[in-house]
Amino acid sequence: MKLRFLIPLVAFIALVGLLFVGLSLDPREIPSPLIGKEAPGFDLPELRNEEVRFAREDMLGKPALLNVWASWCVTCRQEHPMLAELRRAGVPIYGLNYKDTRSDALRFLGQFGDPYDAIGFDESGLVGIDYGVYATPETFLIDSNGKIRFKHIGMITPEVIETRILPLYRQLEAET
Amino acid sequence: MRPWNYLQLPLFVAAIALLMPMTAAAGPTAPPSEPMTFDSELDEQRYQKLIRELRCTVCQNQNLIESNAPLANDLRRQIALMINDGSDTDEIVDYMVARYGDFVLFRPPMKGITYLLWFGPVAMLLIGLGTLGTILWRRRTQVGSEPLSTDEEERLRSLLGDGGHDKT
Repeated sequence: MKLRFLIPLVAFIALVGLLFVGLSLDPREIPSPLIGKEAPGFDLPELRNEEVRFAREDMLGKPALLNVWASWCVTCRQEHPMLAELRRAGVPIYGLNYKDTRSDALRFLGQFGDPYDAIGFDESGLVGIDYGVYATPETFLIDSNGKIRFKHIGMITPEVIETRILPLYRQLEAET
Repeated sequence: MRPWNYLQLPLFVAAIALLMPMTAAAGPTAPPSEPMTFDSELDEQRYQKLIRELRCTVCQNQNLIESNAPLANDLRRQIALMINDGSDTDEIVDYMVARYGDFVLFRPPMKGITYLLWFGPVAMLLIGLGTLGTILWRRRTQVGSEPLSTDEEERLRSLLGDGGHDKT
């Protein structure tokens, strides 16, 4: 009756495997339903210049990153040098300043640098809702036609840049 | 102390623990902050129902009514706006799912990817019951309770010594 002892053992190992996989998942990583869809439209005042408007259409023509950030977001502060890095690699970076005040946001840029090509000032957070934002920082990779191809939730790390963002960006760049 | 005394405390704690979720389930009846105004009683009810069924995506185990996160606040305001604009309940749910995915629903839709979620527990229960049933069935067939034969009864009596009487 070897099987009698084997079955519980196999079941136990299967359960441990299941729990192990479960533990390694990040519950904050909610798959975005927006991947592969058109980036939602918006038309916002520019953060740095009230008179200028920044709209979704301004991002088109070249693949680009849209980074959702706020001065009150501590992780954004840590992430900030990574954006400058991407800018140096030639990636256009747009910002969505989410539920912030203009003065705080400008002070943040003064302190930590400003890698953005343009920044939409989303004071009410309504554009954030359209993009399904729930945890800043969030970063979208949008192709030249305005389709969302990739979303990263949380801080961009050098690893994310090397393994996800830059390869996909180069591929999108080649497509256009 | 009698064993009962040792049991009293754990039982008391267990009883409290069982009661707790019930009191929590009664929960708040209105969002903690901003009061929303609606045109009709029906709209108000739809609002209350929606903010109980939609998840706050930041604080993942709370629904919109329980959460004080700024995002939950914004989403409640958005739902109230849409209700007052005349959107029906399905439209609002679709609006949220389009932005945050099925995850925003506390009752996920039944489709291929969620079958395991919906039927997993029942399947596990059936497997468990099946296993238990098999084991019990086997045990019953293994341990027969046939009456002793005359020879065996004789032998038993001799082993017990004095004809089966208790020593006193």
